[in-house]
Amino acid sequence: MSKYARFALALAVGAGLSLASTGPADAETPKRGGVLNFVVGSKIPSYDGHIEGTFGMIHPIRPFYSSLIRINPQNPQSSTDFHCDLCVGEVPKGEEGGTLFKFKIRDDVKFHDGTPLTAADIKATLDKIVFPPKGVPSARKAFFKAVESIEAPSPTDLVIKLKFATGSFIPALAMPFNFVYSKKDLDEHGYSWHRTNINGSGAFKFKEHVKGSHVSGVRYEDYHFKGQPYLDGFKAISAPKLAVRVQAIRGDRAAIEFRGFPPKQRDDLVKALGDDITVQESDWNCVLMATPNQERANFQDPRVRQALTLAIDRWGGSQHLSRIAIVKTVGGVVFPNHPLAATKAELVALNGYGTDLKASRAKAKELLAAAGKSGMEFEFNNRGVDQPYKVVGTWLIGQWRQVGLKVKQRVQPSPPFYATLRKKKDFDVSIDFNCQSIINPIADISKFLGSAGNNYGNYLDQELEDLYNTLLQTGDEKKQREIIRVFEKRALSDQAHAAITLWWYKINPHRSYVKGWKIAPSHYLNQHLDQVWIDK
Amino acid sequence: MVTETEAEVEAKFEEVAKRKSFLSTCRELIRKQPLGAFGLGLVLILVFTAVFADFLAPHDPVQENFDAMFLPPGDPTYILGTDEFGRDILSRLIYGSRTALMVGLICAFTGATIGLIIGVASAYFGGLFDLIWQRILDVFLAFPLIVLALAVVATLGPGIQNVMIAIIFVKVPICARIVRANALAIREIPYVDAARALGYSDARIILRHMVPNVMAPYLIMLTAFLGEAILLEASLSFLGLGVQDPTPAWGLMLTNAAEFFEGSPWLAIYPGLAISLALFGFNLFGDAVRDTLDPKLRSR
Repeated sequence: MSKYARFALALAVGAGLSLASTGPADAETPKRGGVLNFVVGSKIPSYDGHIEGTFGMIHPIRPFYSSLIRINPQNPQSSTDFHCDLCVGEVPKGEEGGTLFKFKIRDDVKFHDGTPLTAADIKATLDKIVFPPKGVPSARKAFFKAVESIEAPSPTDLVIKLKFATGSFIPALAMPFNFVYSKKDLDEHGYSWHRTNINGSGAFKFKEHVKGSHVSGVRYEDYHFKGQPYLDGFKAISAPKLAVRVQAIRGDRAAIEFRGFPPKQRDDLVKALGDDITVQESDWNCVLMATPNQERANFQDPRVRQALTLAIDRWGGSQHLSRIAIVKTVGGVVFPNHPLAATKAELVALNGYGTDLKASRAKAKELLAAAGKSGMEFEFNNRGVDQPYKVVGTWLIGQWRQVGLKVKQRVQPSPPFYATLRKKKDFDVSIDFNCQSIINPIADISKFLGSAGNNYGNYLDQELEDLYNTLLQTGDEKKQREIIRVFEKRALSDQAHAAITLWWYKINPHRSYVKGWKIAPSHYLNQHLDQVWIDK
Repeated sequence: MVTETEAEVEAKFEEVAKRKSFLSTCRELIRKQPLGAFGLGLVLILVFTAVFADFLAPHDPVQENFDAMFLPPGDPTYILGTDEFGRDILSRLIYGSRTALMVGLICAFTGATIGLIIGVASAYFGGLFDLIWQRILDVFLAFPLIVLALAVVATLGPGIQNVMIAIIFVKVPICARIVRANALAIREIPYVDAARALGYSDARIILRHMVPNVMAPYLIMLTAFLGEAILLEASLSFLGLGVQDPTPAWGLMLTNAAEFFEGSPWLAIYPGLAISLALFGFNLFGDAVRDTLDPKLRSR
């Protein structure tokens, strides 16, 4: 090869390499500016993250707040990758056998009202969540059962002592509901002030909330992650109807909906908008189940409850229902694909998970006959939300019909639906759900304990409680897995306290110009929006 | 030899005369009220469909068939196609007519009858009784129908029974107000005074002497209410407050179709058409009844 040819080749390779390296990097360099419009399909009960559990609050309000730690926004699919938000460096590993956690707090954080944020603010916040005074509600107090004390010896030091080591503590701390409030606000205004007022240290400052219309925020220039956020602001538009939300994205009135659309709507948007739409999909840490009310005579017999779960064609439902609803994955008590989750071989051994549907349904009929409940009639209590509640509810009724059960559906709007579950308890079988943010199986499966605040089956199964207590004290993952399998068999198969349907499947079609947002396995996660930018 | 008595011959003659009279009435109805007759035809088809749904429906309306989801119309097994659960749309439409007719008949009859009683009683007693009832009715009449029905269902909770209560609730004031206007005129006619002078009870005067004379507006409203009740039920079911899945109902079919309308428009077209035809039938029939019973319109 001549020297000219070698030079030309080198030039071509060099140019190619330089184009290859600069091209994509330029495309992915965040741009500043623009307002992100997104649609939210639920209302805001209050602004207080410590008492609320709905995405209707998280999506518009989370960007105003910071938390001590959070999931890695670049790797939200991980259930173990946590980053410091208000702390410095790495998330600390537990000392003293995993019972002592020392956090170094950033000294460059200010609340939106200008007050500097210190460890005392985080302590005051965590005290409100973990040790709320009598009469002060805290939705996630139970997640912090292991916490013994929280101390702030200096403005930059926070020390949390646990009663016993547990792998569920750090994930619980990273939950997006743990908004850090100013101690000054809590001291001056009391514990209910944050229900109607906002003063955070998040990437955006609260601008306005027009009830029934929108919440908007503007960039917080003193945000502690320098250079962020990229957006000038955001506008969370209230749109309870699915069709309206879909059309908002189609007509570019909104760029994204963070909860998730059904497959049919994804297909319609992709067909209509082509490359202007990007679709992100993920398994979802949310599952619907049918919970029998064991205070009712018909459902006190485990054979009847087993028949309910045996009638359900989960494997077929996974194929067909996933075409019309935001559900897909067959699973047990633990988020599918998690190391602690059951494998398919383990699942098929449970009542109702077998692949021989005919045999399962024949067994269901036999059990009903043995219990003297053949052709039993009952009412199924459901929530008036189309996706996926009403779709799954109608499907379940069809499944139970296959074993001769006659079921009527009672659909109620959310407030009376919750009242039925929590206060009135006047239901036979109800749709129920376990939707969590951070994937934290050990904490998440507490839902199946009769003693849990969010369990609506009205039973107490001491064997299950004992198993759970053993699990809490177990540090070894292999041992944890074994205990969870026994727990799962008792809860879902032997006692059939609940009939799990299908785990949700998250589909987020969004305008392709929305960058920097990565789908998480929960619609509560990765909603601080400080990484999001608009490529227009 | 068979001989017939005079009475038997007379009875046969009357029977033939009656038959002729019915046929001629039908002919006359078609000639004078062709649209009304058409409406009556639609109503009769609806009634026939509802009564014989078990025989007419080709499939079980709640039977899911996931291998046949979203089949378009024209399929040999599912003529009008299937919905998102693979359920036969034709069968659901046929059974849905039962829901529509049941709600329509019960609500229209109950609403109009309660309104009739309140209206006549209010006109007859007058005074404070009339004043209080009319002000109560004013309050309810101040709200648009759908808003009032929504408020009632929101208070009582969703479900077919509560939807029927809501529809009855909104129909009563309308009927009561119109009947009262007619009854006020009748109250002043001397035979009512005569009945009172003869010492008849209030109940007897109302039921025997006043109610029969306001039957014309009552019947007109009854027929009008039938269609309106069907529409109101469909609207409330569309909003998720009425009939619940898997029960077949036209409004519910529409609301379920909203999610899939773009890809499967037939899900919305057929129930929409069914609601429109039923309403069209009841409205035409109601207009004809009004034209026939209203003396002013009859003379035109």
